[in-house]
Formats: sequence, C-alpha cells, structure tokens
Amino acid sequence: MTTLLAVRDLRVVIDGLHILHGVDLDVAATGVTALLGRNGAGKTTTVKAVMGLVPRTGSLVFDGADIGRLPTHLVVRRGIGYAPEDRGIFAGLSVAENLRLAERDSAPAYDLVFELFPELKQRHKQAAGTLSGGQQQMVAIARTLLNGNRLIIADEPTKGLAPKIVTEVADVLARAAETVPVLLVEQNLALVRRVAGHCAVLADGRTAHQGDARELLADEDAARRLLGVGSHRPAPEVTS
Amino acid sequence: MTTHLKRWWPLALLLVLLIAPYSTLPLPGLLDGPLGSPGSLQLIALCLVYGGLATGYDLLLGRTGLLSFGHALYFATGLYATDLAMLELGLGFVPAAVFGIACSIALALLLGSVSLRVTGIGFSMVTLAFAQAGAILVQRNPGGLTGGEEGRSAPAEHLPDALIGIQNTANLYWIAVLYLVVTLAVVQWTVSSPTGRIWAGIRENERRVEVLGLRPYGFKLVAFTVAGGLAGAGGVVYLLLTGGATPQAASSDATLALLVMVVLGGSGTRWGPLLGGVLYTWAAHRLGDLANSESIAELPSVLRVPLSQPLFLLGTLFVAVVYLLPGGLARLPARLRAGRAARAAEGSVTAVPEGAA
Amino acid sequence: MNTVVLLACTGLGLGALYFLVASGLSLIFGLMDVLNFAHGALLSVGAYAAWWAATDGGLGFWLAVPFGTAVGTAASVLLELALIRPLYARPRDQILATVGVGLALPALIMGIWGADARPFPQPESLSGTVRLLGATVPVNRFVLMAAALIVLVLLRLFLAKTRYGLIVRAGVEDRAMVTALGIDVRKAFTLVFAIGGAAASLGGALAGLYFGSLNPGQGTGLLIFAFVVVVMGGMGSVTGAAVASVGVGLVQQFANYYTAAGLGDLSVVVLLAVLLLVKPRGLTGRLA
Repeated sequence: MTTLLAVRDLRVVIDGLHILHGVDLDVAATGVTALLGRNGAGKTTTVKAVMGLVPRTGSLVFDGADIGRLPTHLVVRRGIGYAPEDRGIFAGLSVAENLRLAERDSAPAYDLVFELFPELKQRHKQAAGTLSGGQQQMVAIARTLLNGNRLIIADEPTKGLAPKIVTEVADVLARAAETVPVLLVEQNLALVRRVAGHCAVLADGRTAHQGDARELLADEDAARRLLGVGSHRPAPEVTS
Repeated sequence: MTTHLKRWWPLALLLVLLIAPYSTLPLPGLLDGPLGSPGSLQLIALCLVYGGLATGYDLLLGRTGLLSFGHALYFATGLYATDLAMLELGLGFVPAAVFGIACSIALALLLGSVSLRVTGIGFSMVTLAFAQAGAILVQRNPGGLTGGEEGRSAPAEHLPDALIGIQNTANLYWIAVLYLVVTLAVVQWTVSSPTGRIWAGIRENERRVEVLGLRPYGFKLVAFTVAGGLAGAGGVVYLLLTGGATPQAASSDATLALLVMVVLGGSGTRWGPLLGGVLYTWAAHRLGDLANSESIAELPSVLRVPLSQPLFLLGTLFVAVVYLLPGGLARLPARLRAGRAARAAEGSVTAVPEGAA
Repeated sequence: MNTVVLLACTGLGLGALYFLVASGLSLIFGLMDVLNFAHGALLSVGAYAAWWAATDGGLGFWLAVPFGTAVGTAASVLLELALIRPLYARPRDQILATVGVGLALPALIMGIWGADARPFPQPESLSGTVRLLGATVPVNRFVLMAAALIVLVLLRLFLAKTRYGLIVRAGVEDRAMVTALGIDVRKAFTLVFAIGGAAASLGGALAGLYFGSLNPGQGTGLLIFAFVVVVMGGMGSVTGAAVASVGVGLVQQFANYYTAAGLGDLSVVVLLAVLLLVKPRGLTGRLA
C-alpha cells in the first residue's frame, strides 16, 4: 500500500483534557481508507487535528510534506477537501453561495457536482439551512469535489440519514474514490465493508488496529473487541 | 534558609507594614515624605485597599474564570450605602459599615443570580450594563441622595474620633492593612475549600464540572457574592480614607482599573492581584505627580504629552503585559526560570521531545 | 407636535451615530468574537483627526471628514494587525488588549488637546435649521441620518455582492469552517476592522457636528449604547444593528425628555441586561 498521508504519534490536548494520546494512521494513496472506533474513541478529533482545527502535536506527512504546523487554510490548499461531522453548512447562505465559498480552482468542477447531485442545481438559490439533512450532506460533499483535491476527508457523512440517502451518499463516495483517495470516518459498517480498503481503528485516543477493512470485519472476535459491533448501533442494510 | 524565607516573608512583610507608621525612614522616589508621615501612610493605605480590591476581584476573574465588567458597582454600593446610612439614617459608623457591606452582598447576590444565567461574553456585558445603570443612577442624584457629580462627604460627627483628622491617619492605615489581610485570608480560605476547587474546575472547563453532576451556577454565585461583599468592605475602608463618596467609584473606569491591576499583577495567583493593585495605585499617583513635575515639563512634547497622562501609560503598560507577559508580574520569575531551563535543556539534549501543548 | 418631530429627528440623528459605531462593532464581534472596547476610542480618533484637519490643518469640512475617517481606519487596521492578530489563540486577552487601547487612546488625545470640550467648526451649509412639520430641526441631524443610510447601503452591498462579504457572512456563522474551505479568514478580520474603524471614525467626525463640540471621552461614552444596539440587533447583523440603533436613539430621546433626565439612558442600559437575559443565544450562540 502506498501511503498518501502518514500520521504518527498524533496528540491533542483541549482545555487540559488529553483527547488523543498517540494516534498512528496511514491513509492509502488510492481508494477509501476507513477510520473506525466506538463513540468517543477520538475519530473526529483525529480528523480535526489533521485539518489543524484543534491544537496538535505529532507528525503529519502529506504526500511527502510536513503539514503538522500548517494553519487550516493552508492544509486545505495542499489539496485536502473536508466534509465535517456536522456537515459545516452555512445555514444563512444559499446553496450557490455555499459552493462559491469553497471554490479554489480557477475552473471549479460544477459539471461533476451537478451531475452527481442534480438536486443542488435546482435548489441553487435556497438557503442551505432549509435543506434536508441529506441535501445538506450533498452540499458538504459537493464542496470537496469542486476543487481538484488530492484527498477527501469525510467525517460520518451518513450520520442521521435515511437508508435510501445513505446508499446515495455511498455511491457518490465510491465514485469519488475512483479518482481521489478518501479518508472516511464511519459507524455504518455495512457501508465500510462495501467501499473501504485499508482501515484504522481507534480506541481511547490511540490506534488499536490497522489493516484491511474487510478482513477486520470478517473476523467477528476482533470486530467485537475493537468496535463493539452490535452493542451500540445496528448497521442499516446497504445494497451494493 | 531560603525555604524559611519563602514561608515567612508574608508575615515579615505584614510586620513591616504594621510598624510602618512608627518609622521615619525616607524613601525618596517612592514616597514624598518619610514612611510614617500622614501623606505617605495615606498613599500606602490606598495602595493596600486597591490591592485588596484587586485580590477580591480576582476571585471572579482568575479563580472562577468570570470576566465581570461591573465589579465597581459593589465597591460603590459599600461606599455609598455606608455613607448614606450615616447621613440619612443617622447610624453610627460601625452599624453603617455593616449595613453597607450587607447591601453589597445583597446586591451581588441579586444581580449575580440574574447575570450568571448567561455565560461567556454575555455575562461580561450584563454585568457591564448593571454597573452602568448604577453609575448613571449615582450621577443623576436621585432625591438628592448621592450628591451627583460632587458626591457626599462622610459626616464627621458619626465617625469615631480616632478615625478623624490627619493625626489619626495611622489608624486608617491600620484599618486598610486589616482589610487587606482579611481579604487575602478570605480568598485563600475559600479558594482552598472544596468550593474553591470547583471554581478552579469551572475556570478550566465548565462542561467538565457539569459532567460530574454539579451545577456550576450555584458555585459561581457564591464566588460572585463573596467577591461583591469583599468589594463592599473595600468601599467602607475607602470611605474612611478619602472622607467621602464620589461617583468615580461607580464608573466603568473603576472596574477597568481593577481589571488592569489583576492582569498586571497576575490573575489567578495568590499575591499577583495585590502586587498589581499596589503598583497600579502607586503608579497612578506618582505618575500624576510626575506629570506636573518640572523634569517632564522640560521634555520635548513627543515625550511630554504621553508621559503626562497616567492613563495612557497604564493603558499601554496593560497592553504590554497582556501581550508580552501573559500571567502577569507574579508569574515572571517562573517564566524566567522556565526559559533558563529550556535553554539549558536545548544545550545538552539534541532532540527535545515536544510536550503536549 | 413640534416637540415630537424635533425629538424624533434628534433621536434618529443619535440613532444614526449609534449605527455608525455599532455596525462595525457588530461585524467584528460576529466574525471574530472580539468585543472591541477600543471602538469608542476609534470614534474619538476620527473626531479629533477631522477636527484637527478642519482647524489647524486648514482643510474645509468636506475634506476634514474623509481625512478623519481615513485616520480612524488606519488606526483600526493597525490595532488589528499589531495587537489583535498576535493574540488570535487567546480570545480573552484580545478583549483585554482592546480594553487597554480603549484606556490609552482617549488619554493620549487628552494629553495632546486637553480634557476640555473643543468647539467643532460647523460649515455654514450645515449649521442652519430646516422647518419640518412645524418644527425647527438642525440640518446636522439629517447629515448624520444620510451618512448612516449610505453606510448601511454600502455595507449591505459589500456583504451581498463581494467575495469578502460572502466570507464575512459565512465567518459570522462558523469561522472554523471558513478556514476549512481553504480561506485565510484573517484577511477578513483585518477587513472588518477597517470597515468598523471607518464607520466609527466617520461617526466621530460627524459627532462633532451633532454635538457641536468634541471631548476625549465622547467615544467611550457612546460605546455602551453601541453595545446595546449590537445585542439588540443580533451580532454580525448590519440590518439588525440599523433597526436597533433607531429604536435605542428614539427611546432614549423620548424617555429623557418626557420622564426624568437620565431615565432614558438608564432604561436603555437596563434594556441591554434584560435582552441578554431573555435571549442569551442572540449574543453567545456560537461562543457557548
């Protein structure tokens, strides 16, 4: 596996609380890398730390360059698109404005975005806050697809969505991953099984396991031990 | 030897403070007259009162993490309520003082219970609004009570003889020392009590306190009320020292001055606010004298104009401290030590592992 | 009736002044969470710069006002670059730094030009009065209203039509997310400080016209009422600030006139406390 983003000994302390105490993570240069773990394991914090949204220490090497000291906007300009956990939609801005804000390239890929999400074209002028959860998630993902990114980070993109929309989002992620590597934080293990290649599992702010996602999910003991499968959240069916 | 010095210096300092009125030691530059002269005692007493006020204010700012912009209100309440209790109700000084402090505590309890319903900068602005309302009230002289711009003088006939007249400045001075000691003791005692540990928790991370199943609101209200009472007591001593109540005591500038003192000295430290209060008050007085001195008058205007404005110097100093000396003067020695240690470590070890920031 | 018209015009003029201070304050607070205690001082800088230009500088009123505005804008940008920006990771210290500047600047002005009020030269074209509905209203009230209206329209155009306006609107909602789209939001910080400083110092230059004189403490005295406006109008909302300015200006004038003097000021200040308590989210929604 070729590594695009190598995270070593990532630590985060917020308000005196140690949230991450040494996360290691390799994001593959192709396909979807899944970041797994129970609630509160530190998945979202890891992603935020990569983006520079929380103070962090440790080594973050992206495509051979150290990005561990870069402010967030420069991390993004290295070619990392980010769809955060809460979607990060600007509710008072229109869909078009939300997208326009994300434009970095001279020729943003609106064709691709509207091909994947035709709804967004129809709802161009609608305030993003009045969209449904699924539509908001489309805006969040669309913002990462507008620019020629080298990595897309999606933090629980299917959280709280209806099963039909989950499938739609999964389709888009699978399609995006054909050209851009994706780091996917996800609780929906059926979706992970469908799209992910490599995976890392966090527990209590540390990396507990790295390896092939399907192998892990096939190993019932390991899956139960690392992810507590079945104990916290039933995975909805995903048709592939 | 040094550990003894460390442990006993506050007591030694207190002794020095207590016997200062008997001293004729001249401190040129620091004080105009000898140490025991009425003028010097008056200035030192004022410094100590502000040191105490700043220490009390830090109960909110540094110990509980509450940025109140209205602390002067409780100081002014103690000041005016005591004065008016003597003037209008004809009470003697001691009952009036008790009344004044009770008023401060009651007002702090009342307005604190309201203000603390909002957090963060909202709390700061609510306290600012209440204090501003108080300042406007005092200015407008309702029913001729507050005396408006002029303020009201304390009635000599209601004050004990031992507290009147220039020959008794030493007595006022000792009262100021007493106020400071009591304030330091109250702050030290409450901060090291179980409640004080919750305050520290609230300052660090309020949500974590909530997670423990405690309601921060009640603990914050205790801090607010205790600080209000201490400010009220400071108002009583201030009334004795200055012989009257003036509206400047209620102004938002008065709160800002406390803020400057605390930040200057070192918020959240035992001695920092005292240090800041003493330094600020002393500097404000000496700078005022300096502004009128001949050595300043002869300077070119580029230097003379800023140097003649104490508030400009203090404001600038404040910004400099916030910017260059986070933690204030009280943390300066520790910072210097840490800096030296870091340099020493860099010299001996090639790769310093980066600690969690 | 005459009195009502005059009071209304005076209240609107005052409201216009509040708006010029509060619009920038609101944008700065909305975008950066910095409660700028130096904002009143910026008004004073604009006022004294305009006054200096109009008297010692020998510029006419119509050049003195832009001069004052330019000086105030420069001071505001300098404040952001030199003091606010380095304290980016320490939000409370940012506020404290503005407190220090808010103390120091008026004191410096006092040191240079004295503590006493200075008469502000009134151009002849603006010193007269107008008959309106039977009342005699000073022209300068309308100058302030016009200036505030122009600033309101320009601000709204800026926010709606420009990319930086878009960044500011988005930043008011979620600053971190703006940076997570690859935007250097600090440029927007400097920009809102420039805008806020420009509006406040324009207000300062025109306050000389409105009050007839200027003194070093003028700006700081207006600041608390601008706070009321910001909270009432909702942080980051320019239109909200405009509506609230009008409300506060009118309430204050009428209450001061028809009840005891000072009661208007008092009522507005108490209104601030009540508003914050009733809708704390209005101000601290994102701070939480």
